[in-house]
Amino acid sequence: MQASANETYLNATVGIRSWLLTTDHKRIALMFFAGITFFFFIGGVAATLIRFELITPGPTLGSADFYNRLFTMHGIVMVWFFLIPSIPTTLGNFMLPLMIGARDLAFPKLNLTSWYLYMAGGLLTIAALILGGVDTGWTFYEPYSTFYATGYLILAITGIVVSGFSSILTGLNFIVTTHTLRAPGMTWYRLPVFVWSLYSTSVILVLATPVLAMTLLMLIAERVFHVGIFSPQLGGDPLLFQHMFWFYSHPAVYIMILPSMGVISEIVPAFSSKPLFGYGFVVWCSIAIGGIGFLVWGHHMFVAGQSLYASLAFSFLSYLVAVPSAIKVFNWTATMHEGWIRFSAPMLYAFGFIGLFTIGGLTGLFLAALPIDVHVTDTYFVVAHFHYIMVGGAVMGYFAGLHYWWPKITGRLYPDYWARFAAIVAFFGFNLTFFPQFILGYLGMPRRYQVYPPEFQVWQVLSSTGASVLAVGYALPLFYFAWSILKGPRASANPWGATGLEWTARSPPPPENFTKVPTVVRPAYQYVRGKPCMQAGDV
Amino acid sequence: MPSLPIWPTRASAYAGQVDFLFLSLIVITVLTLGLVVFLLTLFAAKYRHGSNAVRHEPTKKTWRFEIAWTAVTLVIFVGLAIWGADLYTKLYNPPANALQIFVVGKQWMWKAQHPGGQREINELHVPVGEDVRLVMASQDVIHSFYIPALRIKQDVVPGRYETMWFRADKVGRYHLFCAEYCGTDHAKMGGWVTVMNPREFADWLQAQGGQETLAAEGEQLFRRYGCSGCHEPGSTVRAPNLSGVFGSPVPLSDGSVVVADERYVRDSILDPKAQVAAGYSPVMPTFKGEVSEDDLAKLVAYIESIGPNSNGDR
Repeated sequence: MQASANETYLNATVGIRSWLLTTDHKRIALMFFAGITFFFFIGGVAATLIRFELITPGPTLGSADFYNRLFTMHGIVMVWFFLIPSIPTTLGNFMLPLMIGARDLAFPKLNLTSWYLYMAGGLLTIAALILGGVDTGWTFYEPYSTFYATGYLILAITGIVVSGFSSILTGLNFIVTTHTLRAPGMTWYRLPVFVWSLYSTSVILVLATPVLAMTLLMLIAERVFHVGIFSPQLGGDPLLFQHMFWFYSHPAVYIMILPSMGVISEIVPAFSSKPLFGYGFVVWCSIAIGGIGFLVWGHHMFVAGQSLYASLAFSFLSYLVAVPSAIKVFNWTATMHEGWIRFSAPMLYAFGFIGLFTIGGLTGLFLAALPIDVHVTDTYFVVAHFHYIMVGGAVMGYFAGLHYWWPKITGRLYPDYWARFAAIVAFFGFNLTFFPQFILGYLGMPRRYQVYPPEFQVWQVLSSTGASVLAVGYALPLFYFAWSILKGPRASANPWGATGLEWTARSPPPPENFTKVPTVVRPAYQYVRGKPCMQAGDV
Repeated sequence: MPSLPIWPTRASAYAGQVDFLFLSLIVITVLTLGLVVFLLTLFAAKYRHGSNAVRHEPTKKTWRFEIAWTAVTLVIFVGLAIWGADLYTKLYNPPANALQIFVVGKQWMWKAQHPGGQREINELHVPVGEDVRLVMASQDVIHSFYIPALRIKQDVVPGRYETMWFRADKVGRYHLFCAEYCGTDHAKMGGWVTVMNPREFADWLQAQGGQETLAAEGEQLFRRYGCSGCHEPGSTVRAPNLSGVFGSPVPLSDGSVVVADERYVRDSILDPKAQVAAGYSPVMPTFKGEVSEDDLAKLVAYIESIGPNSNGDR
């Protein structure tokens, strides 16, 4: 390898073809990043309109049908085209080979295929939403979807199924990569927790996504050909649809949150300059969450008419799945004890994650309690709870990771002052948006209501106010990241003093990642009195 | 001045029990969150980069801590699961002799039928201090009958009866919502539950006019749909006599036994070949698509009125 010292994956080849036909995981990660940012924007516009609509108790912006299409669009786009692929396909795609000392993923062409499937699925769904929208909610409950839904439901669902194949291929790629491409000395218990999280996530992607595809294909078969599966009018069972849908969609929550937990497990040791407390426990908690996460889907159906005994079992298992999450929070906290803590932007996002995820997790205990779930399911309490997990948790983690690995990805630094400011704004904006919704929910306000009794208005207005603050927090990075790309100071290979293999490579890395495959000589996150001991050694 | 409600009205003893569990969870949440925030703040301040705090070699034996906080969390969680399960089970055990009201949900209204034949839409009048049992059906999509003041909710799934019971302890008017998204006017599918003194409730029933009772209407339907042709003594076709059947165990031809509740009666009308009573041949035609949910409720009320516990006037 006689590559020049200035060659990076960004400038090694030029031209649009060199991007659209690339097999470099780092370029594909950036292409995913572009797609995901686009869909985050679309979903965010829908969210903004929803919050605007809810400022008054009566209709504000448009008709009931318009509002129903709005929250359906928000849910579909955010769940399938932003949250699920967000961290794995961008940060995961970029960092996984770098963190295990590989030159690329195991199947680079498959990786590119994933991107095309994702974009194709996304554009099909967007087309459906532009042509006239879908009015089912993102959950597609039956028999509504078969006989009563209007709009381009089939097109939207086809898009979701297509992008599902993208998920499956990415998951498969990550699993094989982790098994086969680890650098010499990179044993399983030396893997960074982020890699473990991606591994657990990938297993869920591969096992659960096919069930979603089957369910949605059956829905299409019923709606188009009247094959009786879910609708009682055709001899089907509506609860069967809910069982199958949540068998995928509950584990999907862990697809969203596990990668973020992995990011936090990288950042907390790096900015505390201390080994991660209880590495083995954190690792096995990721695996446990992935496993038990498959056994709790019935907690979405406590009032749906499933049997009493099923509800009792699912309630118990839901409490069980909360244990490993709690353990992780304690471990992150303990990591900071006697550390050398720096409050750079990634660490502030990580603090935000821990706080918001803890609230999200604790309110999950409320919902796992059967009689409380009976009262607050399908109300704003549930809406608040899952936004604390999926936005407060997953998105905060995504932003944390983005700020953490930005110098590695772009080779540039960003203004830390503005990034910290954005993290704080997003944290307060988020709480102002979603905390009032817990109160609304316990008061009894159902979700998916365009009009509502006037006594709820104050809380709705507070929530909408918070949303505008949150939007500022999310928009700020667009500006300072753009500035960073254009004018930011050059980043060194290891600007944070972290220990992983990815910090051994240049910033930005050369196309082949490492000029010489590194040899791993020690576990992850080793520090001696606040000084990093790199995983890679000279052998 | 806009109002700032922070706690929902409590209209039953059960609601109080739910609130107590909810408050206990709030206490646990505040304590846990307080502990995490306190430790994060303490560590962040004391061990910030550049501080002179004493740092030891990081401990290698972390498992003592791990076991400790795993065990504590597990014990608390299992306790909460049991507490919740105990309360939830009550919802599945309706008291005998509750006042029974049939409810039909359809896009986008709730229709209620009282035993005396009184009907109302998007309103439900019930007496205070009395057990009320709702037998609910949906004519189209899934709806959910939700009364926040009573802390109860039940999805109403088309194709089957769902039941729910409550006893309101406080006179008043309370929100009734549809909690499961059901299409365009989902947000408008609701109204009020009015809890009245028994005397006022009796007056209200009276004022609704002298309709026939639900069971009497059902008896007429029983003849009009031709059910009586086979199911009455002396008919030429051999079909089970339905007197005294409701509420008692029915042996089926496959050897199993079911209790003839509302759901069984309804299913037997719509899908008679699914659960055939032992000793009878499956000759009854299905009435699916011919009998509306309203009429089904009347037929069920009639079958119930000729059951062994019938008191004649229902």
